[in-house]
Amino acid sequence: MARTVWNSTVGKKTVMAVSGLIMLLYLVAHMLGNLKIYFGAPEFNEYAHWLRTMGEPLLHYEWALWVVRVVLVVAVVAHAVSAYQLSRRDIKARPSKYVHKKARASYATRTMRWGGIILALFIVWHILDLTTGHVHSGGFEEGKPYQNVVDTFSTWYGNVIYIVAVLAVGLHIRHGFWSAAQTLGVGSRTRDRALKALANVLALLLTIGFLAVPVGVMTGVVS
Amino acid sequence: MKLTLRVWRQKNAGADGAMSTYEVDGISPDMSFLEMLDTLNEELTLEGEDPVAFDHDCREGICGACSLVINGDAHGPERTTTCQLHMRSFKDGDTIDVEPWRAAAFPVVKDLVVDRTAFDRIIQAGGYVSVPTGSAPEAHATPVPKPDADLAFEHAECIGCGACVAACPNGAAMLFTSAKINHLNVLPQGAPERETRVLDMVAQMDDEGFGGCTLAGECATVCPKGIPLTSITGMNKEWLRATAKGAGR
Ligand code: HEM
Ligand code: SF4
Ligand code: FES
Repeated sequence: MARTVWNSTVGKKTVMAVSGLIMLLYLVAHMLGNLKIYFGAPEFNEYAHWLRTMGEPLLHYEWALWVVRVVLVVAVVAHAVSAYQLSRRDIKARPSKYVHKKARASYATRTMRWGGIILALFIVWHILDLTTGHVHSGGFEEGKPYQNVVDTFSTWYGNVIYIVAVLAVGLHIRHGFWSAAQTLGVGSRTRDRALKALANVLALLLTIGFLAVPVGVMTGVVS
Repeated sequence: MKLTLRVWRQKNAGADGAMSTYEVDGISPDMSFLEMLDTLNEELTLEGEDPVAFDHDCREGICGACSLVINGDAHGPERTTTCQLHMRSFKDGDTIDVEPWRAAAFPVVKDLVVDRTAFDRIIQAGGYVSVPTGSAPEAHATPVPKPDADLAFEHAECIGCGACVAACPNGAAMLFTSAKINHLNVLPQGAPERETRVLDMVAQMDDEGFGGCTLAGECATVCPKGIPLTSITGMNKEWLRATAKGAGR
């Protein structure tokens, strides 16, 4: 069955939809967690520490966090590989263009591939910036995420990279969430408007929620 | 009406093609688009030139033979087949671009004619119901709930023209294939082959080199029969159901 799924355009798209939804679920939690930065350094840092002790004493230190990390890596890789393979196939299936060109489909629909590439690059930069600190601008200190975040958003490029990525996420979700519903066969004519509305609301909330952090630092509310 | 036509001319499948420009005069707004092309071809024939090859048959909008991408739209600006498109949809002095369906799975045979036998092979893979032959059964012997009958009928309207493939940025045949699957899978007559039908037809669609669906929705926008985009959702659902049941080949 796994082979049937992976070898079929419909099946591979299912992999994309499921992995996309897993990432979406994570992003909602991540966005809400980030907003704790507005409650000040002690609370934010304590929250970050809790992410590591989550599940104790049943689990060991950082085990729960690593489970989440592994699930996310699997989701990102599955999503990116199927996106790449399906895109290659799609481009091959339409080798000659029309001479008479027309603007087609919505912006969100047309930017799924480029937006996805931007997101993939951002994920790498983001981890090197705020998880490992390799490309961090200030003196990166583990266990002091509040200060690390403020440092990142005190540089112009930190803000630019982050804001572009967040806008890309918003657009990606706008088309992606509704698409996933169709791929998984849960869309229908009667549900279509509700699903589109839900996709827009999710996209908007994620965009605003994620943007609130750099905006907070830029305006000095978070410092 | 006087029109300038820019038409894709290609000698055969192997040759390179290009757009050629023609002027046609004396076009009545009541002519169909194909009659307009007939007029052009008459002139070309009189001048000793090769007439433009294009597909057509019923000219009533029911057979699915006609095609053509007109000014970038499959079947032109109205939501109908090219044979049912009338010249009143254009203005005197217009320049009209006419191109063949474009998709890897629909190679150009000549000029505006493409090879759509890939669709036939998708149908052969499962777009039928197996019944014992003999005299027709009593129509009321198999009750079909009204909503199911309506859904089947809506999808049965697909004429297999291929406009959905032509309009799709991925050259995907999802709308066509889903129309056929939904049509038969909802009916009691189609039930015995419900799982194998969807799996085999989707597999054949992939084998033919059609692309995948990115939900751009261009197919449903151009479909002359109004097959809805949610038809693809229905096919996905059937495919997932059949796969979960382990009904693969
Ligand atoms: C590694 C970076 C990523 C790449 C390369 C990527 C690429 C793509 C592509 C090419 C599509 C298909 C677009 C289409 O059908 O038109 C897609 C769909 C989707 N993406 Fe992503 N994406 C990435 C990250 C994400 C993230 C972070 C999320 C979650 C928030 C996400 C959620 C989705 C969803 C839900 C879909 C819809 C799946 C479907 O159509 O059934 N993607 N992605
Ligand atoms: S789904 Fe519509 S556009 Fe596609 S082949 Fe059938 S009738 Fe033509
Ligand atoms: S010629 Fe039959 S549908 Fe147009």
